[in-house]
Amino acid sequence: MALPKRDELLKGVHYDEMPEKHWMDTRPEFRPGTYCYAAEPDVVRDLGLPNPRKWQPYEEDWKLPPNWKEIILNAIKDRMERFRTFKLFMDICVRCGACADKCHFFLGSGDPKNMPVLRGELLRSVIKGEFTRSGKLFGRLAGARPLTYDVIKEWFYYYYQCTECRRCSVFCPYGIDTAEITILARELLHEIGVNIDWILKPVRFSEEIGNHIGLQPHTIKENIEFLLDDVEEITGIRPEVPINRKGAEILFVTPSADFFADPGIYTFMGYALLFHYLDLDWTMSTYASEGGNFGLFTSHEKMRKLHTKIYHEAERLKVKWILGGECGHMWRVVHQYEDTMLGPAPKNLEVPKSPITGTVFEHAKSTKIVHICEFTADLIAHNKLKLDPSRNDHFVVTFHDSCNPSRAMGIFEEPRFILRHVCNNFYEMPENTIREKTFCCGSGAGLNTDEFLEMRMRGGFPRANAVEYVHEKYGVNHLVCMCAIDRAVFPALMEYWVPAVSVGGVHELVGNALVIPGEKKRTMDLRFRPLKGVEEEENV
Amino acid sequence: MNVAAALIAVIGMVLVVWLGVGVLKLYTLFGVVIPYAAFLIFVLGLIWRMVNWAKSPVPFKITTTCGQQKSLSWIKHSRLESPANNFEVVLRMALEVLAFRSLFRNLRADLRGRRLYLGSSKWLWLGAILFHWSFLIILVRHMRLFSYPVPGFIQTLNAVDSFFHIGLPHLYLTDVTILAGLTFLLLRRLVDAKVNYISLASDYFPLFLILGLVISGMLMRYFLRVDIASVKELTLGLATLHPKVPKGIGLIFYVHIFFVSMLAAYFPFSKLVHMVGVFFSPTRNLPNDNRRVRHINPWWEGVPPKFLTYCEWQEKFKDKLIDSGQPIDEDCYKEKKS
Repeated sequence: MALPKRDELLKGVHYDEMPEKHWMDTRPEFRPGTYCYAAEPDVVRDLGLPNPRKWQPYEEDWKLPPNWKEIILNAIKDRMERFRTFKLFMDICVRCGACADKCHFFLGSGDPKNMPVLRGELLRSVIKGEFTRSGKLFGRLAGARPLTYDVIKEWFYYYYQCTECRRCSVFCPYGIDTAEITILARELLHEIGVNIDWILKPVRFSEEIGNHIGLQPHTIKENIEFLLDDVEEITGIRPEVPINRKGAEILFVTPSADFFADPGIYTFMGYALLFHYLDLDWTMSTYASEGGNFGLFTSHEKMRKLHTKIYHEAERLKVKWILGGECGHMWRVVHQYEDTMLGPAPKNLEVPKSPITGTVFEHAKSTKIVHICEFTADLIAHNKLKLDPSRNDHFVVTFHDSCNPSRAMGIFEEPRFILRHVCNNFYEMPENTIREKTFCCGSGAGLNTDEFLEMRMRGGFPRANAVEYVHEKYGVNHLVCMCAIDRAVFPALMEYWVPAVSVGGVHELVGNALVIPGEKKRTMDLRFRPLKGVEEEENV
Repeated sequence: MNVAAALIAVIGMVLVVWLGVGVLKLYTLFGVVIPYAAFLIFVLGLIWRMVNWAKSPVPFKITTTCGQQKSLSWIKHSRLESPANNFEVVLRMALEVLAFRSLFRNLRADLRGRRLYLGSSKWLWLGAILFHWSFLIILVRHMRLFSYPVPGFIQTLNAVDSFFHIGLPHLYLTDVTILAGLTFLLLRRLVDAKVNYISLASDYFPLFLILGLVISGMLMRYFLRVDIASVKELTLGLATLHPKVPKGIGLIFYVHIFFVSMLAAYFPFSKLVHMVGVFFSPTRNLPNDNRRVRHINPWWEGVPPKFLTYCEWQEKFKDKLIDSGQPIDEDCYKEKKS
């Protein structure tokens, strides 16, 4: 089914009109554009996950194992024992409704089951109905229901309509975190073989090759060489990108999209120019070639497995510390999970210290991993970079706070500080749509697939709406973000909602603005677009 | 349906008291046994709840950060929204528990055409804070019935609460504010389409129950006067474990004490446990110091992860590494053996 036109999409979306039927009596309709395809059997098999088979969500029979109910109930008990969050979040919700209109999928679809409170209730009701006496006795009055085949379908539909962005948890008076509930719900569904292809394929690539896209080491190198050709043509300088070099001071890990896909590649060019400018003693790895981690969208176990390679490689290469590129969920994993699941860090790692400014990154003294925006902000604060922000004058910039670095890390000032130094036209989106209140791109948590396009446009609507506001008010034409999924999905979202707004990373603008000794006169930005003054000169 | 069921349950309680006390004269059962049993259920139930939560570990430090992290020395971090240590966590929790910080952030979304408007909306916060604080003050105020002599601060609280000397006996401010809060919370559930849609009977029940509690209390104080000396004799008897039931206390008192008992007994097994649960919430009660202080997960500690090692990977792609001029690490084999 074709995607409805921009002005049509939200017709029928009303936040204050709820269905006639009780939510326990409604069933999701598997309409194209609103769900993701099932994982293919060979992928499921290769990953060692249960119940590989051919199936699709729109089919009536999902070919679940005969004892699917028992498996799910046991899995719930197991998670209850291992996660206090799960027990607690199932117990303490008072259905105050503060979260109701905070979810971007609700705001874009009007579907009440996309209200975080009901998303939680989908699971809470089953726990009450299957495990508590009052639930069995009072049923619907107590919000309880039994676990049925239809419930599984509903879980699949709605737990894959959550991007784990945690915006609702900011507004919840008890901090109930729907991301945590979604993560665990997806774990439950995996146990009976209900999962999606768009997540599991990248997980398999990461497990077997090292990155989401399945780039093999020679291809990574070739890609980078191509990018460096472009950099050379634009700046007259060819930075060196060391690969798998032992004894380097710093291991740089970034999402693979940065050296593979437009517009992430321009961000990568920015990194390379910056490191060249600093004469940094660094290396990349074609083994630990992925910062992103689709394991986070699968299960805690997969997340751990995929992330292990980073410390493992840092140990082998005997680097001193690790620098992480611009990525959203990578930083959720790095900041909130890594140390717990893989620490303590290998012994050869030291507390990160900037070789340029001498700043010791005390806040990363246990994990030894620093965010590139922390690193660069520190450089600028110490006046170590010669910058010409006018080279970004063709951009009127706004900044999107990515969900995970915002609500699972709190990195708000560093990128803004950088932006204020590398460009002259920077405007914030409205206050209620940035920082901890930022809206998701609508495609996170492994939902950035084409077959899900309609829901992505719906989920991305609140973000796009805020961009449109600054586009109209200030003429904003460039959306900056520090997340690889953002960079991958925003171009389509902008094209749909706010055409004429391009998308890029923070370090792309750093690369444009950086005045590098020995470079030629810049006439183009890293995208081969003419710089502002140059264009005018040529037209004269 | 949900509203009716909850209302019927509460009305049913009044009938039970009428039957039990008014008709069957079971004063001791309703004045002593049920209150004691309810109190016991309340305490043991809450302990059981907390122990049950505490038995499950907190495997990850998943703080929800609502403000700037502590990173570079020249960037001011948000102590209350992104606490960097346990002291700041205490401050954050205090703000959350005492002032309902997160509710204060509340926004309202409105869609007009294809424009989304997000405005501040503090009504829920106001209703919640009115209700909860009034309830707390009323509860503390009631301690004068369970103590002799009455501690000074309770007398002061009592005086402050009835400061305006409206009517006789003086009207308590908190009686007005708790009614206002409860009415708002109830109307919100009935009128707001979204909240109405998600509301269960178990959401209406505590509201009706507490409304019944408040109304019966107010009736007793302002309209159907009961002999306060006899009430105190009973309550003090309960508190000092020398229970006795003086004659001649009005039925309305038994309704009131029955509502309290039901509320207490219901508390640990309902959503009302949010009162203690909020203190356990890992997104709020942990510092955002993840990269500085390691958090231990008991079920993963000492369990090494299985993964594709560099050496295995190098074997897999050896030709391609050599062809593209990437270094081959011979040492990794040695390290593997040792």
